[in-house]
Amino acid sequence: MEMIDKSKKTFSVKSFFLRWEVLLLLIFIVYNIIIIFTTPYYLDINNIFDMTFIFTEKGLVALIMAFIIITGNVDLSVASIMGLSSVAMAASYQAGVNIWAAFLIGLLIGTSAGFLNGMIITRLSLPAIIITLATYSFYRGIAYVILGNEAVSGFTKKFSYIGQGYIGNSPVPFPLIIFLIIAVISIIILHRTTFGRMVYAIGLNEKAAFASGIPIKKIKLLLFTLSGFMSGFAGMIITSRIGNTRPNIATGFELEIITIVILGGVMITGGVGNMWGVFISIVLISTIRYGLGFHNVPGQIMLVVTGGLLISSILINNFLKTFVSNRVLKR
Amino acid sequence: MKKSLMWLIVGLLCLSIIGSFSLFGCAQEAAEEPAAEEEAAEEPAEEAGGLSIAIVVKNIGNPFFDVIKTGWDEALGELGDESIFRGPEQPTPEGQIEIIESLIAQKVDGFTYVANDPQSLQPICKKAMDAGIAVVGWESGIVPESRHLSVEPASAKDIGVDQVKMLAEMIDYEGQIAILSATATMANQNTWIEYMEEELEKEEYANMELVDIVYGDDVREKSYNEALGLFKTYPELKGIISPTTVGIAATARAITDEELIDQVELTGLGLPSEMAEYVHNGACKEFGLWNPIDLGYLDAYSTHYLATGEITGSPGETFTAGRLGEYTIEEQEGVENGLVYLGGLFTFNIDNIDEWKDKI
Repeated sequence: MEMIDKSKKTFSVKSFFLRWEVLLLLIFIVYNIIIIFTTPYYLDINNIFDMTFIFTEKGLVALIMAFIIITGNVDLSVASIMGLSSVAMAASYQAGVNIWAAFLIGLLIGTSAGFLNGMIITRLSLPAIIITLATYSFYRGIAYVILGNEAVSGFTKKFSYIGQGYIGNSPVPFPLIIFLIIAVISIIILHRTTFGRMVYAIGLNEKAAFASGIPIKKIKLLLFTLSGFMSGFAGMIITSRIGNTRPNIATGFELEIITIVILGGVMITGGVGNMWGVFISIVLISTIRYGLGFHNVPGQIMLVVTGGLLISSILINNFLKTFVSNRVLKR
Repeated sequence: MKKSLMWLIVGLLCLSIIGSFSLFGCAQEAAEEPAAEEEAAEEPAEEAGGLSIAIVVKNIGNPFFDVIKTGWDEALGELGDESIFRGPEQPTPEGQIEIIESLIAQKVDGFTYVANDPQSLQPICKKAMDAGIAVVGWESGIVPESRHLSVEPASAKDIGVDQVKMLAEMIDYEGQIAILSATATMANQNTWIEYMEEELEKEEYANMELVDIVYGDDVREKSYNEALGLFKTYPELKGIISPTTVGIAATARAITDEELIDQVELTGLGLPSEMAEYVHNGACKEFGLWNPIDLGYLDAYSTHYLATGEITGSPGETFTAGRLGEYTIEEQEGVENGLVYLGGLFTFNIDNIDEWKDKI
């Protein structure tokens, strides 16, 4: 907490450029300038809005993941929860349940899965990485038990609006609006509320936070439940967007989501991070995929670029910090 | 003091790594950019042909699609079109949707796709067709409003029935058999399996029993393990049909490793280059495939003619596909768009494997 206040008081050009989200923003701008000049149609407004379809699901979960990682925990089960809630929704729809009731069932299943994670972690005081690693297979496994190797499709037209719909006749996708609203709420909660400061405090020093009366267990339980809810919701969006579901839907998303959060400048050890950084990181990764797609770059190269970006931005930042602290030491 | 010195060294090391990374990145971008500019410069000229036509495969790194690509590139070379070859890293519909989004965004003239899950690709293909893009679907999943025209290697029935016949010959119409397929949602394989099951109900197969269908997801390790699983679960197993190139090669490997040659017979659809070894050691005595080079070639011609408007994809139309000659669009059950068949199943065995193994 003290660190945050200090950085606000002593604003200088040097510390401004050392800030992670500024570095990311610079990468974002440079990348976009290059890609705009090399790619026709990149600036097409319809294209840009349509690009957002591919990141809203991951983005939504990443926003909550940022809170969890800032507390020094991690949730590896998010993609499995997406799959489980999607499959639960599809199975109940197949059994004759009304589509919106099935939608609520999906959300409920997602929320309960997150709640279960939170309960085990807080009641047994076990590391989140181990518990969510277990539920990562557990939830995915249940999804396979429910649907086997089947796929379910043929949801009603109205349901497709959640993942494919546009606001009125504009090119603005419905899921993008949801994402932006939740992003703004997340930024406000993390940076402008007591709750947000408590989240940082837990990540910086859990014991000290506990000693100063912060309800650590309640906050963790709340965050994991929220993560489950948001994964459930993201599961509904991807089901609606693709128009069908299989037990292996969204496989591997958890690592992409964690990559986004880490690239956004959130320290995996907790206590450090900024929601703006996460937001820029979401947009940066998706514009990279979108832009490279125009050049018909094969998928493996995209993986190399994303991985390389993560490594180099961490290294650049580390280097700059070391450089500055050394200069301070010499003085 | 020592600590800061250590950090400095670590920092320098890091910098050199970043350096090599960014150099690698720059070199790549530099290699790409001029190409992109050239394309942009060429576009307004629009020579004869000059369309940009894409193919979206199930996943990259799959040798079968690389062979398809040779026929595809050959045809587009003849037509003077730009060829775009895309596929996701993993065989998922999500990845294909992202690619098709990008193809719509760059306003290609047409594309052919082979879907990981045709149902999932329907909305995005509809969107592409609404944007005026010619869409050819190449697989047997019959989903309405998902393409202008279907291109199939052979009728699904023939493919299914032929594989059952090949295996039945090998095991003298007797014993337990299993199927090792790709993923459970792949329309191609599922349709063939339906026809296999139908064929197996006939009287001559009364002594053959289909005990299991397993899915290797077109991933080598998984297919291999599924095959091992079959050997364990069904010790009496006599034969396996694997209607997927990844699956058959993995199963042949598993049969060889477990020393089950001649105990468990194998057939299915495979690539001669990958299967030659197993045809010689007897793990897989005979298998089938259509000619993928020709299939890619036919795909390219059909997409091109659709994009230029020479055909619309309705049954009854005819067109000439380069060296392959004339094709007539046939009716397809359940959907409005027509269908083109390349030809029948071609079988490979010890007699012809060596002449084919270097080609595909």
